[in-house]
Amino acid sequence: MSVTEPRPQRFVGAVAQDRQSYLRRMDWWLVISALLLSAGSTVFVWSASRADLAPEDDPQYFLVRHTINIAIGVVLAFIVSKLDFRLLRAYTPVIYVLSILGILLVYTPLGVTIAGARAWISVPGGFTLQPAELAKVSIILVMALILAEKRDAESEPRDRDVLLALALAAVPIGLVLLQNDTGTALVMSVIVITLVAVSGARRRWLAGLIGGGLVAVFLALQFGVIRDYQIARLTSFLNPEGSEGAAAYNAVQARIAIGGGGWFGHGLFSGPQTQGNFVPVNESDFIFTVIAEEAGYIGAMAFIIGLSIVLWRGMRIAMGADDLFGRLVATGVMAWLAFQTFENIGMNLGIMPITGVPLPFVSYGGTSMFASWIALGLLANVRVHTAANT
Amino acid sequence: MSERSSLRLIILGVLVVSLIGTLVARLSYLQLVAGDEYRAAAAKNSTREVIAPAVRGLVLDQRGRPLVANRVSLVVSIDRMTLAREEDEGAAVIGRLAEALDVSEADLALRLIPCGQEGAAPPPVCWDGSPYQPIPVAKDVDTETALAIMERRGEFPGIIAQLEAVREYPQPFDANMAHLLGYLGPVSQDQLDAQGETSDPARLRSRDIVGRTGLESQYDLDLRGIPGITTLAVDTVGRVTGTLDITEPVPGNYLVTNVDAHLQAVVEEQLEAAVLRARDLGNQGTSGAAVVVDVQTGGVLAMASYPTYDPDLWVGGISSKDYDRLLKSKALSSNAVQGTFPPGSTFKPVTTYAAAQQGYDLEGTYDCPSEYEVGSQTFRNFESEGFGPISLQRALEVSCNTVFYRIADEMWLTAGGNAATLESPDPIADAAERFGLGRSTGIDLPGEAAGLVAGRLEKQQTWEERRDNWCADAKEGYPETREEDPELADYFTALAKENCLDGFRWRNGDAINASIGQGDTAITPLQLAMVYAAIANGGRIYEPHVAKAVLTSSGEVVREIEPRVTGVLSDTDTLEFLRTSLAAVTAEGTGSGPFAGFPLDQVPVASKTGSAQVFGNETTIAWYASFAPVDDPRYAVVMMVTEGGTGSAAAGPSVRAIYEEIFGVVGTDVDPDRSVLIDGVPSSDLPIVRADGTPITPGMRPSGLDAEGQDAATRSDSGLLP
Repeated sequence: MSVTEPRPQRFVGAVAQDRQSYLRRMDWWLVISALLLSAGSTVFVWSASRADLAPEDDPQYFLVRHTINIAIGVVLAFIVSKLDFRLLRAYTPVIYVLSILGILLVYTPLGVTIAGARAWISVPGGFTLQPAELAKVSIILVMALILAEKRDAESEPRDRDVLLALALAAVPIGLVLLQNDTGTALVMSVIVITLVAVSGARRRWLAGLIGGGLVAVFLALQFGVIRDYQIARLTSFLNPEGSEGAAAYNAVQARIAIGGGGWFGHGLFSGPQTQGNFVPVNESDFIFTVIAEEAGYIGAMAFIIGLSIVLWRGMRIAMGADDLFGRLVATGVMAWLAFQTFENIGMNLGIMPITGVPLPFVSYGGTSMFASWIALGLLANVRVHTAANT
Repeated sequence: MSERSSLRLIILGVLVVSLIGTLVARLSYLQLVAGDEYRAAAAKNSTREVIAPAVRGLVLDQRGRPLVANRVSLVVSIDRMTLAREEDEGAAVIGRLAEALDVSEADLALRLIPCGQEGAAPPPVCWDGSPYQPIPVAKDVDTETALAIMERRGEFPGIIAQLEAVREYPQPFDANMAHLLGYLGPVSQDQLDAQGETSDPARLRSRDIVGRTGLESQYDLDLRGIPGITTLAVDTVGRVTGTLDITEPVPGNYLVTNVDAHLQAVVEEQLEAAVLRARDLGNQGTSGAAVVVDVQTGGVLAMASYPTYDPDLWVGGISSKDYDRLLKSKALSSNAVQGTFPPGSTFKPVTTYAAAQQGYDLEGTYDCPSEYEVGSQTFRNFESEGFGPISLQRALEVSCNTVFYRIADEMWLTAGGNAATLESPDPIADAAERFGLGRSTGIDLPGEAAGLVAGRLEKQQTWEERRDNWCADAKEGYPETREEDPELADYFTALAKENCLDGFRWRNGDAINASIGQGDTAITPLQLAMVYAAIANGGRIYEPHVAKAVLTSSGEVVREIEPRVTGVLSDTDTLEFLRTSLAAVTAEGTGSGPFAGFPLDQVPVASKTGSAQVFGNETTIAWYASFAPVDDPRYAVVMMVTEGGTGSAAAGPSVRAIYEEIFGVVGTDVDPDRSVLIDGVPSSDLPIVRADGTPITPGMRPSGLDAEGQDAATRSDSGLLP
């Protein structure tokens, strides 16, 4: 036996060292917060869905699926976080094209209409996917790629790049709007504006985007592109008691449920509004209502704090990123999660219009859960990449 | 990376913090500040109440005999809401149901039309309950039919056959008592509206059945009880998710009446006998009424109206056929409290009282000619008989009209004659009002008539109301009558002209008519009974009461209805004179015929006959008003038969028969043991109801109790019954 065969050892050591650095560089505040949010969400999804008994008369149906979705999401996040940073840039065009194709699949016989939006495709195994959720990722990547593509001497993206980025983003947004999925289109628009802003683009781009958005909304209202029921749905949150229709009913019932929760809530499985199914889709879009009713102010605040930690860490990662691509990816993810959190909890609390936007890491729903965790994976990736270079 | 990028990122961070701050603020407001309000909304949202109806209380007679009880019946009802969803709006279903129940289809259809809608039959055949309440259309359906209906759900959508508690009328001694007891019907929208928003558990609900007439209506609140409410937690589609609260129904209270069922049966029987007697005498004998009151308390011991009906017809809803028949027979309203009639000579004691107040000597001598002339008018005695100079007592005994005519005429003149003003004295009307006439007695039965006292004020008011019509008639001259009978038209025209010009004037002819209970004076038989009760008891005008007490269904006393005096006649000497004179009427006056052979020495009866004329009727109303025993008055008995002829011939013998049953008279032998009243007197105690709700009736020993004394002892600490 000689001592001249150290290679295998060194190999093992390299892997160990590599893994160690990955774990050391990981943002644990971020990961643990997200894990706690998802873990905590399971009991409330269970509580909200027990009585639904749909579709197979199994009270645990939604609980089981929700748990599986979380597990898949965590695996996806891990994979995304481990991807080589350069590889991610290289694959961006492919991801973009695939996501556009995914949205178009909705128009094929695979498409499924849920809650008035033809935004789902059915996949084998009885699952449905919402391609638009995943398209958010592709918008972030493609815009970050293009807006970061500038000479080092330049402090701002060239107008040509901004225009191209906007044009590429406009495609999925337009397609999503055609599917009546206003909520997702709104989230995408917020991502676009934020990315343009943080890319350092000239102020006129920002003014133009915001002004153009307002004009577009005005024209849409003026020419009846948006139908009356859609307007009614969007504005009913202002005065739900005096409005009719499902959205207003939803808003009133959600407010009653949350208001009744008090400091400590009615206790798990004991919220009268939740258990009586007075708040529709309370396992997905209105999960926050269930938390607030059954776990009270304390429980609801815990979730808000958890989401705030995720956003705070996202902000730190964006600030600390050592290249513009990484910063823009992190910023896009942050804007996405922040806006979706505000819109979802806001509509639960009756201060935002009701649009089908899920609560990241918490709401029941496969694609949105996957998307949330992929987003987290992107943040982790940027973080690990940044830390490796410092 | 540019400064600009970092700056914008920081701005983004600030934006995110403020958004989260907004969420926290809003959450804090909803949960910590406005929480209570939303908790209440949630509680209301997710609960449903299931109502278990309370068992309605029994109505008992003074000895505890059930007059109204409950039983279970298979009732078929129609839910109009379901029926309306049928393609033909349920016509085919109604057809099939009519066939199954063996009734006419048209009759069934009529029952479904809401009152007030086009083509609706008059209430109660039309539906005046809530539109959401199933309409009962048949009771006591046999099990086979009910099963057939319930098994063929497809053929009978909206048809419900189920067991329901319905009223039962045990009719002890065959006493009918329909007018006293009343009947039930669905609660009306008006009642619900009148009640307003309330959370009282005893409130009326849209599906309730309530008392519509009689005691059932008067004491509905006592009888109906409080329904049990089970509060269930439910979800949006009505699935029950838990039971939050259960309150058991509280059974309705029992109503104890002053009525003695046995006496009531006798009175009903004798009233019918009087009507038939009147017919045998060749009169119409269209209707009648009889009242027996306790003169010392105002308690109604018996009250009957003829014709009557079977109260069972109303159970489970009345059919239009039955209702039409009832309407035609005029059996629905009680002549005793809702009918007003001229009292005729039974009014003379009131005139006597008025005369005494004006200083007329009760012991004086008055001329009784056969007729009395005033101007061009001649007022005659009955059958134009004259008695010469007689005492006032004799005038009452023989019912001499002319004595009272003269007194009335003189009093009218003293008050100012034609020149009198509305403020001038009106002695007869004044006395009538003191005796409680012209206003309702306040009996505990709905729909009592107040009647009318003829007088100066009344005439003025009538003229003011009718002047326009009279003047128009005087102008037109009755053209329709004129074609057939010009003379009659002339007479009518002259009358209308006179009325138009000075129909307000209280003339001596009016005063003369009023003195013998004719003219506009109209009273109910109950009012007359209270007048004679007051004469008997020394001047106390009682508020008559059918009810004696309210007990809980387990026998505890909720409240006793105490005698209530609404007026007092202060001239006791005149009342004493009237008692003596009216006793003499029975002994040797117009009442002597029917009371021939009656042991008046043991049971002295005071009475007055009356034969009152009604404009348009050939035969008079036969009245017989009385009280007994004169030395220790206890009972006032009044009976009347419309178009019955004379009081002594038609009603007298029946009143005598009633007294015979009360006092246990056979021939000239008086034995209280034979009385229809147990122990010969009205019960002074309340009947005993066992804790299980069973009333103890005469002849039934209270379980575990073996002596009267112990009964009384247990009663005093009520509620301790085993």
